[in-house]
Amino acid sequence: MSWRDKLGRLDTKYTPYLVIAPFFVVFGIFGLYPLLYTAWVSLHDWQLIDGDQGFTGLANYTALLSDGNFWNALGNTVSLFLLSTVPQLFAALGLATLLDRGLRGRAFWRAGVLLPNVISVAAVALVFAQLFGRDFGIVNALLGFVGIDPVDWRAETWASHLAISSMVMWRWTGYNALIYLAAMQSVPKDMYESAMLDGASRRRVFWSITVPSIRPTILFTVIVSTIGGMQLFVEPQLFDPGGTATGTGGDDRQFQTLVMYLYEKGFRLFDAGYSSAIAWVLFLVILVVAVVNFAVARRIASKG
Amino acid sequence: MGTKRLTRSGPVAYAVLVVVLLASVFPLYYSFLIASKDNSALGDAVPSLVPGGNLFDNLTRVFDTVDFWLAMQNSLVVAGTVAISNVVLGTLAGFAFARLRFRGGNALFLVVVGTSMVPTQLGVIPLYMLMSDLDWYGTLQAVIVPALIGAFSVFWMRQACEESVPYELVEAARVDGCSVLKTFWHVAFPAVRPQAAVMGMFTFMTAWNDFFWPLIVLDPNDSPTVQVALSTLASGYYTDYSLMLSGASLAVLPVVAIFILLARQIVGGIMQGAVKG
Repeated sequence: MSWRDKLGRLDTKYTPYLVIAPFFVVFGIFGLYPLLYTAWVSLHDWQLIDGDQGFTGLANYTALLSDGNFWNALGNTVSLFLLSTVPQLFAALGLATLLDRGLRGRAFWRAGVLLPNVISVAAVALVFAQLFGRDFGIVNALLGFVGIDPVDWRAETWASHLAISSMVMWRWTGYNALIYLAAMQSVPKDMYESAMLDGASRRRVFWSITVPSIRPTILFTVIVSTIGGMQLFVEPQLFDPGGTATGTGGDDRQFQTLVMYLYEKGFRLFDAGYSSAIAWVLFLVILVVAVVNFAVARRIASKG
Repeated sequence: MGTKRLTRSGPVAYAVLVVVLLASVFPLYYSFLIASKDNSALGDAVPSLVPGGNLFDNLTRVFDTVDFWLAMQNSLVVAGTVAISNVVLGTLAGFAFARLRFRGGNALFLVVVGTSMVPTQLGVIPLYMLMSDLDWYGTLQAVIVPALIGAFSVFWMRQACEESVPYELVEAARVDGCSVLKTFWHVAFPAVRPQAAVMGMFTFMTAWNDFFWPLIVLDPNDSPTVQVALSTLASGYYTDYSLMLSGASLAVLPVVAIFILLARQIVGGIMQGAVKG
């Protein structure tokens, strides 16, 4: 065999590994290693600046269990997640069926609904903070037209949750609608035709054909929005302009999420061990919520 | 009758879409609106929807408050580098997974897909410590390097290669004595250039819009990215909305411009990337 053939063989055999290596190196160092190391840090009294102050076992976790602020943040996170994800995915389904019909200027409508998704979440949060201002916000002005007293959107728990959820919905509904639309377009058209011949109504066709046919896509969006929703940070953090420095999510922590609490403990109070414990509990919560969601979505999608 | 009854859109459908579209655009318009006004004009009981004349004053104040040019420049460096690197490394890896046969290829690809389920945000504490150890705190490479290549890019470009790079061409090039990298460069890359461009835009936008990690690892008072600079505008003692939203409008501008230019491709891209039902 000539040296050329040999070289060619080596090339065929090893170059593939060489070109996929960067992904694994980057993910290993900056993704996997920090995630696993978080578990180790969470078992220590570990200060962000002074470093390791000694192994403490599960002390951080037991402290979390009796930490009112932690439970508050957990409750807020779940509440915000439910308020934003559930209506959002239903709205996206509805929007997708509209977009799935024969429309003039299809590309225009599709681009229009996607536009909010390309705006940075930091900018969105600042705009919505203004829209939901107590004294000069346009939402309160509109409510005034129909005779509703101004709402102090930051001070009250429910009001703040509604405002923050509206930001999340605004940003993600169109994106999810496009994903549903893509799936809907691969549903065989003759299924619709035979349903029509049987005299099925639009509603009936939607629940009996469309939804079951795009089930994998629905499950996918549920999982992705669960992971995103449980890690909510920027929207509530910037909803309280001026509060960014403390990151407590309102004076009484009425809209502090778990990631905000993680940030406060880790990067404001420098308690890395405690913060890491929050991270791991959050990870477990995400897993549990994702599994529950998966089960629920599967049942909903397989009905009818 | 047929499917017409289902697929035709009446005026109600268009009406709903118009409302949705207005709701999509309104917050954007509103931020430009506030950016054009004097902060005291916000005290009107009923906000006026006509722009004011203070846009340039407000923009000047943005540049006086934080070094916004530097922040824009930093964001451009970060997002540009991340986009180029994801295109190059992502296309290489995608090509390998789609068109090269090697032991464990399929399993390794499954690992790549699986990693996108891992919430890497939760590792921020050790990641921050790692950056401090490397002496990277406050530097742009702390934001750039972890984002050089992601699972999304590999996945996306593998799909693109499956669609647009015929096996026969790859094999013909190999028979002619092209090395793997040469085959990639002369055969595969030209074929997937459109998909690579869309993917590059995606990663550019994502990097431009990123907030959480830059907020942690960059010094907000030194030379952060645009998004972190925005949060600095917001954290003043009293809330100056016209200042904040002038900054926000500026930060949004490049991304909206890219989006409007490439909307068709980007929308097509999202539709393609969706999990088929």
